[in-house]
Amino acid sequence: MAANFGNISLSVAFAFALYAVFALLLGTKVKRRDLIKSGENAVYAYFTFVTLSMFSLIHLLVSGNFQIEYVASVTNESMPIYYKIAALWGGQAGSLLFWTWIVSLYTAIVAYRNRHTRSDLVPTALGIMSLTALFFLVLNRFSESPFNELAIVHAGSAGPVPFAPQDGNGLNPLLQHPVMVIHPPILYLGYVGMVVPFSFAVAALITKQLSNAWITLVRRWTLIAWGLLGAGIILGGKWAYMELGWGGYWAWDPVENASLMPWLTATAFLHSVIVQEKKNMLRVWNMVLIISTYLLVIFGTFLTRSGIVSSVHAFAQSSIGIFFVSYIAITGAACLFLIFSRLEYLKSDSELDSIVSRESSFLFNNLVFLAACFAVLWGTIFPVISEAIQGEQITVGAPFFNKINIPIGLFILFLTGVGPLLAWRKTSVRSLNKNFFWPLVVALVAGVLLFLAGVRGFYALLSLYLCIFVGLTITSEFARGVRARMRAHGEQFHRAFTQLINKNKRRYGGYIVHFGVILIFLGFTGNAFNKETQGRIKAGESMTIGSYTLHCDNIEEGEDANFSYLIATITVSKGGKTLQVLRPEKRFYFASEQGTSEVALRSNLVEDLYVVFAGVSDDERAVIQVFLNPLVVWVWIGTIVMVLGTIITILPNPREVRLRRRIRNLETLLTAKGKI
Amino acid sequence: MGSKNIKVMIGSLIIVGAIVYFGFAGYEEGRSYYKTIGELSEMGDDAYEKRIRVAGIVSEGSIQRQGDEILFQIEQDDLKLSVLYTGTRPVPDTFKDGAEALCDGHYKPDGTFEATQIQAKCASKYEAEYGTTQAES
Repeated sequence: MAANFGNISLSVAFAFALYAVFALLLGTKVKRRDLIKSGENAVYAYFTFVTLSMFSLIHLLVSGNFQIEYVASVTNESMPIYYKIAALWGGQAGSLLFWTWIVSLYTAIVAYRNRHTRSDLVPTALGIMSLTALFFLVLNRFSESPFNELAIVHAGSAGPVPFAPQDGNGLNPLLQHPVMVIHPPILYLGYVGMVVPFSFAVAALITKQLSNAWITLVRRWTLIAWGLLGAGIILGGKWAYMELGWGGYWAWDPVENASLMPWLTATAFLHSVIVQEKKNMLRVWNMVLIISTYLLVIFGTFLTRSGIVSSVHAFAQSSIGIFFVSYIAITGAACLFLIFSRLEYLKSDSELDSIVSRESSFLFNNLVFLAACFAVLWGTIFPVISEAIQGEQITVGAPFFNKINIPIGLFILFLTGVGPLLAWRKTSVRSLNKNFFWPLVVALVAGVLLFLAGVRGFYALLSLYLCIFVGLTITSEFARGVRARMRAHGEQFHRAFTQLINKNKRRYGGYIVHFGVILIFLGFTGNAFNKETQGRIKAGESMTIGSYTLHCDNIEEGEDANFSYLIATITVSKGGKTLQVLRPEKRFYFASEQGTSEVALRSNLVEDLYVVFAGVSDDERAVIQVFLNPLVVWVWIGTIVMVLGTIITILPNPREVRLRRRIRNLETLLTAKGKI
Repeated sequence: MGSKNIKVMIGSLIIVGAIVYFGFAGYEEGRSYYKTIGELSEMGDDAYEKRIRVAGIVSEGSIQRQGDEILFQIEQDDLKLSVLYTGTRPVPDTFKDGAEALCDGHYKPDGTFEATQIQAKCASKYEAEYGTTQAES
């Protein structure tokens, strides 16, 4: 029942999306307001039907209808309900339906929010967004339906007979983790959100409305998508850190890379649109960046869904590759054609004046972000390329990614500190002196102190030095602004501080994001000092790492409905002082016949003590793997700071709020007088 | 004005050059050749010098733990390969009989493989056992 309902809903949604694409694009072309209006209604209609379809799948998952192949493959009876719901994005077909739901959600919101906007841009952009939705609906309905039923062919019977197993396979135990309930939705919202700025860019190209209107329209959408994508990526790292038990949070896995690449190009885009707004430069470039971001989003989905590159957490091999390759090729070609045919409208107004200027720092920022993206792309698809060219698959692995991206990352960190303080056009030596002299000197002294304190390693020292330098430049920006306000308005410190941010949310929100970046780099730097050790211990025995002693009190066995477990109770002490009891756990899930390790963690601002119950040795001792990871917690703290900064940049400035209120009042007045 | 653009160009070239250099260095350090068990024996002496990745299904009952090291066998299309895992990290939880294991390391002249890294993936039960049909609608 629910399966048929879900499938029919998908078909109806498909028809509405098809109509929406035609009505919106054609309606704008022939300037028929009624056609555009019905296209917008079709957007709401397909959003409704995709939602119905998604809810019927959720219903099937929760009620445990194992005759449905997808339900049987990702859930089982004993799973808690929140994991049954999360199973929606725990497998191939379901996650693709979820993808479609998010595109249609965004399209519906954009349609609703701009329902009074009289511009060709909006309906055209809605048409482009619907085109993306349409592509995914084709996949959902005709290739990767989550509503397929299981059937079995008995010897001697005429054909397949419907078949429902007693219990399902269960969600992959590695995915049964609380972060799994929020990480994919946040990541997807960010990932798919890039469709909005892309669609407006293409709409601007199609309608030749290439002033900066489209950039203003999508600024908040891009920031929202970018913030969510960044948060989603780091949450994924947090999940890997807590669940995979190898002591790290990033492994340059193709799936991770797939989410990082559009984030890199989107970051470049966020910065270079500022140059377009202020100086009317880099207009073609911005088009290229946002189109690349969109194509990388689709490519990333393809990478993780087609099994073309082997990855520990990519889903099964599948035939949908050809759909994606064709779609990417056609979209890419169409966008290139559009850019070339509109080149005359995309001319820059000004040229670069100096190498030490805000413009050129943005240029370098773009260059290195793109280089990082290209390096990640190259490394990710290198097995495929080398196979095509040399006939043998060569993987490049983590050393390749680290070798390139560590220097790039440090250069980006440097620009984070320097770029925002350079003047537009040309920066005078005096202003360089004023902005950078003290941060440079203080950071240098701190760097020497770190060295004397025994910190070694070129990159680690450079990174810490830059963190201090950039942190100081940002702090002094705030200090200058606060001091000026206190003097000019006679405000108290905290009042001046909040007003400073409140009056110019874009600028100071941006600084807060940059401050978050510094904290994240601080966390990354900790990697240079990681330690690890392995020990075999039983009750009464202990092991050491760094200055910590781990004493095993006991090992207990047990089981619940979903899995059986072994838990080691370990008392952690330092210099004879007991600090904490840790309980690393080894689980064995019945349904999937698979084991997992639940990491036990003692985390503080300085370091993480990370304890894994790796297994049981031949002599019946617990094999305990211990990692001592300095500064990891700053990655999570930095991310929270980044998200806060992003939220601030999205909030409207007081002047904007007043302006909008005035426009609204004027509109009501004119409507009342019958002028509109 | 032109000289400013040249300076920016030179700056960009230095950056790109540095990145390309790091790329090559990283490639030399990190590359590893993906081979099937069958291809390994046909590679000749080359096989002993390069870092190699080889994948196969872990043979039933072949996993033996010897202290920190693990000896097991992987198979693909009737071909078998003995693997000795000497890595310092514990093997992933997914590593067990019947799992697909990806071993990273070196091929030894005695015909065994010494792996320093192992990734493992479980085969999904239902995909292997049952066919499917489209739901009618």
